[in-house]
Amino acid sequence: MSLDAPPEPDERQDIAAAPPAARTRVLWPVLAFPGTLWLVLLFLVPLYVVLAIVFGQIDPIFRSPVPVWNPVHWNTVQFQDVFSHIIGSDGFFGPALLRTAVYVLSASALCLVIAYPVAYYTARYAGRRRGLLLTLLIAPFWISYMMRMLAWVNLLQNDGLVNRALGLGGLFNVQVDWLNGRGLVVVLGLVYGYVPYMILPLYAGLDRFQPHVLEAARDLGAGRFDTFRRVTLPLSIPAIVAAVLLTCLPMLGDYFTNDLLSASPSTSMVGNLINNSVLTPGQTGQAGAFVLLVLVVSLVPMIIYVRSARSEGVAS
Amino acid sequence: MSALTGWWSDPFRKPRVLQTLTVGYLLWSLLPVVIAVVFSFNAGRSRTVWQGFSFRWYWGDPERSVWHNDSLHTALTHTLVLGVLTTAVTIPLGVAFALGVDRWHGRLPSGANLLMLLSFVIPETLLAVALLFLVTQLTTPLQLGTSAQVAGLVTFQLSYPVVIVRARLVTIGKQYEEAAVDLGASPLGAVRRVLLPLLAPAIFASTVLVFADVIDDFVIVRYLSGDSSSEPTSVKIYNTARAAPSPALNALASLMLLASFLAVALGLLAYRWLRRGERGERGIESFAAGG
Repeated sequence: MSLDAPPEPDERQDIAAAPPAARTRVLWPVLAFPGTLWLVLLFLVPLYVVLAIVFGQIDPIFRSPVPVWNPVHWNTVQFQDVFSHIIGSDGFFGPALLRTAVYVLSASALCLVIAYPVAYYTARYAGRRRGLLLTLLIAPFWISYMMRMLAWVNLLQNDGLVNRALGLGGLFNVQVDWLNGRGLVVVLGLVYGYVPYMILPLYAGLDRFQPHVLEAARDLGAGRFDTFRRVTLPLSIPAIVAAVLLTCLPMLGDYFTNDLLSASPSTSMVGNLINNSVLTPGQTGQAGAFVLLVLVVSLVPMIIYVRSARSEGVAS
Repeated sequence: MSALTGWWSDPFRKPRVLQTLTVGYLLWSLLPVVIAVVFSFNAGRSRTVWQGFSFRWYWGDPERSVWHNDSLHTALTHTLVLGVLTTAVTIPLGVAFALGVDRWHGRLPSGANLLMLLSFVIPETLLAVALLFLVTQLTTPLQLGTSAQVAGLVTFQLSYPVVIVRARLVTIGKQYEEAAVDLGASPLGAVRRVLLPLLAPAIFASTVLVFADVIDDFVIVRYLSGDSSSEPTSVKIYNTARAAPSPALNALASLMLLASFLAVALGLLAYRWLRRGERGERGIESFAAGG
């Protein structure tokens, strides 16, 4: 405070605010404590248990994992074992990992191709029907994922409606075995499952656009595509990044879409590797190693998402 | 041809292409589910051929309907129990955490906030496996079954109330509670009598969102379930969808759908009522912001 500043207001404020401020300093940590403790005990500690199991021992008789808590005594045998089966002649995990990357990337790309126009239309042109449209776009959130997959299992059965529609209602006898190890069906299932999670963040981002910016671009002579390419798209990059991350991350751990729509090892992803080994005696460490692998891969996208969410002040 | 190019380059034309895409998307996304619900009312065993309308798979069939089949009945009840218990723990924990982390500045609270955001974006399978390892490898009060399921669900859902309440805290600002403290309220009193009433819509919205999300959860509840008595609806669907399906499964799924929609519809109505008279109220949009 400089000399010419009147001292009274500051002092008055100090006197009035000091005792409650001191108590407030206690109140906020007290309020934050239970949630923080919960996250430490049930989020951080479990992740450490994974490490202790992956780098721990296996009981030689019961084949059960023996977690090693002290990092000094960790050994990497199980981890190396898994890694040696990823690449090379013994690499029976390799194809599944590669498939995960291909499936997740192509499903995300397809999601974006579907979600962007829908979100764009809703944000810019929905007009009076915006409320109805948003309700319908949000509806899949409140339909259980399993129910949505069950719906497709029904439709894609050998005698299901899809085959009957393809046979023009009995004119031809179409017997496509959709639900048996078809990669395309799995990818489309993933798209169907996760596309709603992409539309909402995209909508939230596109809705913040000022229409004047687009009008200005058109006024200045840019065509429809130029306006999109040089104004709309660059402005929506943050929303696209957030939306893609929000759909990619859960897809990385997905095994149930695959189980329901394919149930064949020829389409299995890393989620299936985790799911198949996690309950098998003697393979717990292997499941843990895959969990660790996916965690390491998803850590960067997770942090990018958290940072972008923070800078926007929201997290969804 | 010239009519077509003229239409295409008309800057004031209606966005027909986008409109068609959007309508097509909505049909693709919702029609399969509608068909699944319709077939839950099928009189026969088929899920692909319509054999007449009946409530057979809801309560008509003495053995295989949702009401009379023990395993389907148990799944339904267990799902609702998990929904209520998880919501009851998550909301107070999350609201307190949001208030604390929002108003307390420093490294510790921002670290806690980072932890919360990471728990929101971590692939659910990873968290579920980690929690399964925790419950099976360490001696904890948690047992596979309801207690472990609730603990896991709370961890995964905690971010919803926190994010929604914090978004609302930003719009409320600090002046109301400062005024309350100036007028002689204790800090806790200011929170209880000024902030919490102002936060009521946000708390309510997150309650509904958490409940509706929990009863649809699959990954966490499956790994942390004990015996078949703690297998909720989603796990039941997963286990029987390919093996031994019957329209009763569609009926079970339709009931869960009804529960979710009822919760959300009630929530939306109450949310509008709580925020009545506020400027800039955008109904479903601000309500959906958390989802």
